[in-house]
Amino acid sequence: MSRNTEIFVIGGGPAGLSAATVAAQLGATTLLVDDSPKLGGQLIKQTHRFFGSSNRDAGIRGITIANKLYQDVAEVANKLTVLENTAAVGFYSNKEAGILSQNLYERVSYQSAIVCTGATENSLTFDNNDLPGIYGAGGVQTLMNVHGIKPGKKILMIGSGNIGLIVSYQLIQAGVEVVGLVEGMPTIGGYLVHASKIRRLGVPIYTSHTILKANGETGVESAIICRVDPKFQPVPNTELKIDCDCICLAVGLTPLIDLFQQAQCRMVHVGELGGLVPLHDSSMRTTNPDIYVAGDASGIEEATTAMLAGRIAGARAYESIYGKSKEADAIIAEAREELRTLRSGSTGERIRWGRERVIREVESC
Amino acid sequence: MSSLRIEEHPVLSFPERKLVKFFFDNEEYQGYEGEPIAAALHAAGVKTLRRSPQKNRARGFFCAIGRCSSCIMEVDGQINIMTCITPLQEGMRIRMQKGHGAITA
Repeated sequence: MSRNTEIFVIGGGPAGLSAATVAAQLGATTLLVDDSPKLGGQLIKQTHRFFGSSNRDAGIRGITIANKLYQDVAEVANKLTVLENTAAVGFYSNKEAGILSQNLYERVSYQSAIVCTGATENSLTFDNNDLPGIYGAGGVQTLMNVHGIKPGKKILMIGSGNIGLIVSYQLIQAGVEVVGLVEGMPTIGGYLVHASKIRRLGVPIYTSHTILKANGETGVESAIICRVDPKFQPVPNTELKIDCDCICLAVGLTPLIDLFQQAQCRMVHVGELGGLVPLHDSSMRTTNPDIYVAGDASGIEEATTAMLAGRIAGARAYESIYGKSKEADAIIAEAREELRTLRSGSTGERIRWGRERVIREVESC
Repeated sequence: MSSLRIEEHPVLSFPERKLVKFFFDNEEYQGYEGEPIAAALHAAGVKTLRRSPQKNRARGFFCAIGRCSSCIMEVDGQINIMTCITPLQEGMRIRMQKGHGAITA
């Protein structure tokens, strides 16, 4: 079997949903696939209120933002087909891709593709880091906020970026005791407003510390942490044993880029963006002219900027088929202005460096 | 049900679902219909879902979104089922998978 579409969007998180909605609103026939049973990407597990732009849902919870995006999708149902439980498994050379749902494989012919595959969670090296009871922060959120099940009774959080801080708070809301938060850097990585919240609830924060070992045979029984020196080397005789039955790793994300490599997009390693990302211009077009990117796959950031970049990619992909459009231009100008504001200031500094590097690289090739 | 189920939550509410029976290594368990098999096992306190092929290490729930294969088990005779994304159904027979498992049918 095969399907035909003008725009093919891979991934139904904030970036993919925004890209598909804009493309369909402008009038392009659009197909969106997502490998999970429920659209929304990571938003469906975000119970906290978002910061960011007031035009883009600042102050409301991630789960509510997902519901708003579903509504947008429903309004363009005549132009936009959505397939859940369907994974994109590869690109072919002649603007074709393969999709797999349950036990059905189909080919998709498209004019432009927008790849919004998101990211995978990083792990950390320490003894017994493969024990049951050691989870990524995303896994913990899925278990707790989607399925209503606590990961354990006493949890140790590793990483004090915004994800580590927010998930710690969510764990406390779910009734789990957070026995400590471990951070390798000398200062907390995320926003202080999040850190203060969990600090006020009595969670000890161990900065300049790392985890050395998880103890247990078939599950976590305790963890050994220790102080690190300015070169992140363990300081002898500073080991501390912490009783816990699970450990949560919130140590960053890496863009999920297999499909770009397979589509022969040129890749570039940018530490500030989380690792290897497809080179792309300010229209979110990769070096494969048929393929656009948006969201964490283009560099780790967060949901608001993913939605905005998705809108730009959706509008530009539409223009790649239908030619210049004033309506598309207006969407792009508005999204660019919001992105500029969101990435300004000291918290956006790393992202700005990273994105500037991608643009410089793409201009030189 | 097990104490790992969230009973009260300040933001979320979890809809009533149908309780179903299933078997894990021949013992009877209960879980909610349609929730992932691995979630039902986790709520019931089962942490080890399989054993690694080479070093026989215990493996459990990890990514929860069908990415990492840490949770693959034998379900109704079929091996290598990602239980974190496979919905639970009444009467399922689930087994811990040792190594790569064996194709029986």
